[in-house]
Amino acid sequence: MREYALLIAGMAAVTYMPRMAPLMLLASRDLNAHVLRWLEMIPPAVLAALLAPELLLSSTNGEKTLFFSQDNVFLLAALPTFIAGWISRSFFGTVVIGMGTVALLRNWHTIKNSLAAVLF
Amino acid sequence: MSTEKDFTLKNFLRGARLSLPILLGYLPVGFAFGVLAVQAGMEPLTAGLMCYFVYAGSAQLIAAGLLANGASVATVVITTFIVNLRHLLMSAALAPYLKHWSKTRQAWFCFEMTDETFAANLSRFSSCGVNAGEAFGLNFFSHGAWTAGGILGAFSDSAIGYMTYAGLDFALPGMFIALLLPHFRLPRRLFAAGLGAALSLLFITMGIDQWNILAATVCSATLAAFWPVNKRRNDVRA
Repeated sequence: MREYALLIAGMAAVTYMPRMAPLMLLASRDLNAHVLRWLEMIPPAVLAALLAPELLLSSTNGEKTLFFSQDNVFLLAALPTFIAGWISRSFFGTVVIGMGTVALLRNWHTIKNSLAAVLF
Repeated sequence: MSTEKDFTLKNFLRGARLSLPILLGYLPVGFAFGVLAVQAGMEPLTAGLMCYFVYAGSAQLIAAGLLANGASVATVVITTFIVNLRHLLMSAALAPYLKHWSKTRQAWFCFEMTDETFAANLSRFSSCGVNAGEAFGLNFFSHGAWTAGGILGAFSDSAIGYMTYAGLDFALPGMFIALLLPHFRLPRRLFAAGLGAALSLLFITMGIDQWNILAATVCSATLAAFWPVNKRRNDVRA
């Protein structure tokens, strides 16, 4: 139990420092245009760097490889999500289309079979 | 940009509404962490405390995996440090918006900064201005969902399967898409995003998979900052 207290305290400290230090150090300063320009590029770069592996990689036994396949549900769902978001500009709409597409693709066989049972 | 008057219950609850996609993502992922934490030998209370005080999704999932394999406290803490260093950049990117906040407020806000709350707050700050009530509401409910998910997962054995059938595991990728899209309308930001995605994939497939986000973001933001500035158009903070 004491080991867990140490573990949580250690993990919390090393997580908090990088979250806190830059903001608190930079917020009190006037930043020059070049720094602001660099900071402006961080959100699109970091969001894309986080998203791309979710959509394009598969992990088998810890080995991560590119996953271009019709079995890649996230990649398939990303397409209508991007299109819906680009057209609608709606935040919630975009997320709902994405989750809905994933649910649809995962349950495709069940849906197809029940539709077939109803129609024929 | 009011400073004190925006911290109202109404704004706090609006923050709750803004946190909805994060909530939908954090509950099942937190749940998955809870299940794995117990399998790795943690008590439900310990898992809950870790969710509250560490509050870092990927680092906690990696920690559970390491602990299950008998890793030492030092190994887990060092790995957590490396995995979470990417927040340096997010913290820096938020700094220009929060100048007028008190140090206490900044310090508390940073405690609840994750990939998702960073992205959702920043998009709100740049489109509607800074509103402390909204920001802390968004953070509070996201933090609560993560902790609640972790504790629920620690007390139950599985049920993750049902959530994947409902597409809940796409809530966070879906949110990243929604937050990324507005940046696509400015060529230099589209360039930064394309580069970030490509380098992140490249670094992971090269085997640098704990540094990939940090390295890809630094390289892409630096290169994209050289994109020519159009002085006539006032698009500095578009």
